[in-house]
Amino acid sequence: MPEFLHYMGNVFVPFNFLVLILGTAGGLIMGALPGLSPTMAVALLIPFTFHMSPASGLILLGSVYTATVAGGAVSAILLRIPGAPANIATTFDGHRMVQQGRAAQALQLSFLSSGIGGVLGVLVLIFFTPVLAKWALGFGPSHLFWTAVLGVTVIASLASGSVVKGLAAGCMGMWISSIGYDGVQGVHRFAFTSHLDGGIHIIPALVGLFAVPQVIDMLARSPGGGSVAAVLRHSLWQALRQVARAPRTLGIGSVVGVIIGLVPGAGGQIAGLVAYDQSRKFSRTPHTYGKGEPEGLIAAETANNAMVGPSLVPLLTLSIPGSPTAAVLLGGLLIHGIFPGPDLFESHPEVSWTFIDAMLVGQVLMVALGLALCRLAARVILLPENYLAAAVIVLAVFGTYSVQHSYSDVLIMAVLGAGMWVLEKYGFGAGPLVLGIVLGPIAEENFVYGRTIAQAGDGVLPYFFGGALNIALMSLIVLSIVGSVILEMKARRRERGREAAS
Amino acid sequence: MNCMLILRSILAATIAAALAVVAPLATAAEYPDRPIGVTVAYGAGGATDFQARIVTMMSAQEDYLGQPIYIVNKPGAGGQRGWNDFVTRAKPDGYELAAYNVPHFIAQSIAFPDKVKYNIDNLEPIANWGADPAVLIVPNDSPFDSAADLVEYARGNPGKLTVNGAGKFVGHHIAFLQFAKATGAEMTYVPHPKGGAGALKDVMGGQVKAGFNNLSDAFRSQANLKVLAVADLERHEFLPDVPTLREQGIDVDDSSVNFRGIMAPAGTPPEIVAFLAERVPEMFNNKRRVAKKMKDGGSPLRVLGRDEVAAMWRERQTYLTDLLAGLTE
Repeated sequence: MPEFLHYMGNVFVPFNFLVLILGTAGGLIMGALPGLSPTMAVALLIPFTFHMSPASGLILLGSVYTATVAGGAVSAILLRIPGAPANIATTFDGHRMVQQGRAAQALQLSFLSSGIGGVLGVLVLIFFTPVLAKWALGFGPSHLFWTAVLGVTVIASLASGSVVKGLAAGCMGMWISSIGYDGVQGVHRFAFTSHLDGGIHIIPALVGLFAVPQVIDMLARSPGGGSVAAVLRHSLWQALRQVARAPRTLGIGSVVGVIIGLVPGAGGQIAGLVAYDQSRKFSRTPHTYGKGEPEGLIAAETANNAMVGPSLVPLLTLSIPGSPTAAVLLGGLLIHGIFPGPDLFESHPEVSWTFIDAMLVGQVLMVALGLALCRLAARVILLPENYLAAAVIVLAVFGTYSVQHSYSDVLIMAVLGAGMWVLEKYGFGAGPLVLGIVLGPIAEENFVYGRTIAQAGDGVLPYFFGGALNIALMSLIVLSIVGSVILEMKARRRERGREAAS
Repeated sequence: MNCMLILRSILAATIAAALAVVAPLATAAEYPDRPIGVTVAYGAGGATDFQARIVTMMSAQEDYLGQPIYIVNKPGAGGQRGWNDFVTRAKPDGYELAAYNVPHFIAQSIAFPDKVKYNIDNLEPIANWGADPAVLIVPNDSPFDSAADLVEYARGNPGKLTVNGAGKFVGHHIAFLQFAKATGAEMTYVPHPKGGAGALKDVMGGQVKAGFNNLSDAFRSQANLKVLAVADLERHEFLPDVPTLREQGIDVDDSSVNFRGIMAPAGTPPEIVAFLAERVPEMFNNKRRVAKKMKDGGSPLRVLGRDEVAAMWRERQTYLTDLLAGLTE
């Protein structure tokens, strides 16, 4: 019998199962609040595990991690405010579906595909960990640099309308990300006020860029109240059939999520975006993406959650946290005297397998709880818009402040938000801008870091352009750009055809 | 078993909360009469945060402070944001304390005189809880087996030896500067953008030839790397077989050791500082809970009193000013 099944019983011990249910339900709610990222949620709960047995404590942390990632989709879909950077791609089609009255359907699809991606990710963690750990170690600065550039090519897909404006917004994002103290060079950049010394954290930026323009629009549209959308009923059976009919999208989402989750340093934040872009390129109806296409939502959510399991591979086998959330989980493991490393599964089989099993059962539980809450959650958008706007602003300020206990972050959020509202009027999107903020540092830091290493070795050109992995990544970049160009040309031809017909 | 423990801690917390409400009425003049905050200039879940939470968890006991301590994380700019905020905003009333990291905060105060508002003169040391020396590491399959091998290679290939670490002006960087100065060899320091964990990974993966990293982290990863030397005055109990750099004829002292402890803003009343200086080390030395948890977590405990910490700060200040001259902004 495989070991993970052997320890499965531990998850269903009454106390452990209670912890699992509470962790999952709490995680869904925390994930749904804008500004409360999975990293924060796990960090908040570590002190609670001090008095639990190691297994129960880890069940709590594992279930909260999986559920917050999935819960982040709720505010992304209903309010167009991504709960965490991972949910940016979820907003594109998810929120359009809400505006079309398909809120219940969007939430159902999101939870189902989250569950499928999540379970696949944990299975990869269970069966392929030792092989993958070696592979993850081989990823150096040059490879991370090219991965970030690959992420930039996604912008063409995000900018509905103008690719040039999308790229311009991406550049603005990259500039914003360079503000503050740079630890590699040990210098302060663009920090003309002390509010900017700490740089621009991704969560305040995300909340500001997405939530604030939304709130201003809500108030401008209906100062006296009133709500836009209706919520049409949608049966679970239909949602299941829809997901089952999209094996290609589920496949793309899972593969992208697993690979990006494994790469330490990419952090999984771009998994949803890359999967969204790929699924659009492989789709027979790419022009429906961004206009309420269920497959776009499915791709993004599968990838987000597929990333969770593999992102723990470097942590569990090498004791190296590959993402901020994994770093927090490392603290949670250490406090119970559990040292992750190559012999973790031999020295603490019970704790480590129970932890992984809890994540597996947690995924299923998350789907069940999420689906049960769907209809209730969807009703949030029936609230009069002025109340909704007030609630969103409260959550935005609260979420932003709580990330680093910093008033500066609240100011940054407000300023970025107001700026974004103006930019949106001129056709610039928040998506490409945030992508720039996320990818800018990955590209820059790894370029500078890699260059320092390369200059001491064989030189910059062979370091960045030589080697099988570099060449493979560069080929993917070329393919991605060519794919975007072909899509663009097809779309133009289509439009011309339509004009000719009319 | 678990349920009982949790119930007990809930009960304890309730009583503590109730006492916190009642206490001011009874002994308004007594310090402390309400919970005490400790600012940590690094993120939740990091090594400093994690250790700060362990060493302060017993503070509510009457023998120690009689009031609980809560942690406030203010990360950003390698700690500069949290500490700047602390010296400019914290009230010197004994209820707002902070965790320090030496040599980081001293090195930053020397390197960025315009940006950094803190220095050893506007902060009051209370007590030290931990010391994490830097260790010199190489990948498992590396041809180098001792610090001397590395030095020999660096002499034969000036600038070709890449050594990484968590960033600039942190313990690892100081250890590198000392190592380079003591050997006179030319080598390249590669600060990692994502801190110590990322740097450790890149040594394992062979992206760089060597690295200086935290002893506590390298200790956990011994299966995937070779630890060649400890940058401290004595060998460490966690790695008794690893010699110090001095033993290998390289004159590097303990200036890069990452010391962690608690400090107050300057201007805190002397009687409060005296009270804290007496009770806090006792709290850090709690054998049953604190010492055990620190050991379980692989975090080296080293308790130093106020006078020892003050002396250590001054010594570092003088030494680092000299070492960093010419490297600053």
